[in-house]
Amino acid sequence: MKSCLIVDDSRVVRKVARRIAEDLGFQCEEAEDGQKAYEACESTMPDAILLDWNMPIMSGIEFLEKLREMENGKGPKVIFCTTENDMNHIQRAIQAGADEYIMKPFDSEIIESKFIQIGLLEQSA
Amino acid sequence: MKITDFELYKDLLKSKSGLVLSQDKSYLLESRLNPVAKKWGYDSLDAMTMTMQGVPDPELITDIIEAMTTNETSFFRDSRPFDMFKDVVLAHVKQARPQKKIKIWCAAASSGQEPYTLAMLLKEAASDFPGWSFEIYATDISNEILNQAREAKYSQFEVQRGLPIQLLMKYFIQDGDKWQLNDEIRGMVKYDYFNLMEPMSKLGTYDIIFCRNVLIYFDEETKGKILGDMAGHIEKDGFLFLGGAETVLGITDAFKPVPGQRGLYAVEGSEHLEQKKETSAQALA
Repeated sequence: MKSCLIVDDSRVVRKVARRIAEDLGFQCEEAEDGQKAYEACESTMPDAILLDWNMPIMSGIEFLEKLREMENGKGPKVIFCTTENDMNHIQRAIQAGADEYIMKPFDSEIIESKFIQIGLLEQSA
Repeated sequence: MKITDFELYKDLLKSKSGLVLSQDKSYLLESRLNPVAKKWGYDSLDAMTMTMQGVPDPELITDIIEAMTTNETSFFRDSRPFDMFKDVVLAHVKQARPQKKIKIWCAAASSGQEPYTLAMLLKEAASDFPGWSFEIYATDISNEILNQAREAKYSQFEVQRGLPIQLLMKYFIQDGDKWQLNDEIRGMVKYDYFNLMEPMSKLGTYDIIFCRNVLIYFDEETKGKILGDMAGHIEKDGFLFLGGAETVLGITDAFKPVPGQRGLYAVEGSEHLEQKKETSAQALA
């Protein structure tokens, strides 16, 4: 089973994202900020990370930059999932090594289509 | 809705657009026609239906047809057809067209996501096609939706369904809460009104026809007629794309499924159908 780390400071968003990812067949872990996400990756590197941008302690973009420098840190597919919806933020995220980008609000269809695009899910028949 | 009223709309839609409305779709009729009744100043759908029993304004009829024809679509809808477009179809035309010209017809273009997906794919493949010209002709039965397609402005939801972020960054311009395709991609697609029930004599001959998820709304006889007409407007080695729930089997002999490529069809007698026979004969030998 593929694993997904859900990083968001909102418990509600984590819960919604978790339910969608679990329905798509992922085994999920949660982290409430970038620092906690970093620690989670140190212990086990997930296959996918759904990543919020604005969080206390360590932001999503800071976490992503640190992650990509970790040993095996290039492995996980990272999907930003944020209310930041302008081209500058998108470009910055992709430059920092994000694989995809979701502008909130999202629904299960959007998350599924992004997982398919980055090759973590098969297109259903 | 009364059964006689349902029959009235059913007959109208069948004769004007070929759309077949089954009884279980009467909820659709009400939900889509209520806004039309409001737009035309009727107190209720029943009041509009009364007018329909007389001699209605032709523009009202057009509005009704537009409201009833579904426009469900997205960028890279179903994704696989676009892989086949790149890997099978473009690979073939590249070696089979010394005149370096490819003509594509999207026969149910809706709000433009399908023709623009093709335009972006062709743009991405441009370095493999130096000196080539691509013509994307996109038609639909709804003028309102064609105007949306020409404007090429999409909501945040629409640009996130199926569209890779790299393509959004490359080809879209943010405009408030909308995302608009750039002039280069918009300029690659030519839009026109066309009703698939009309004679196709005004159309040209195409290398590739996309007619996905539209035949499902027609009865068998109409499907057969449309596919038969299309066979007269496609190159002998051309390709036809149909939707996942659509088939030519039992409907027409003009097209046959390309073996191993779901949703892809070729003209009867085409080399795309033979190739596979040879390989299977080899496999048996």
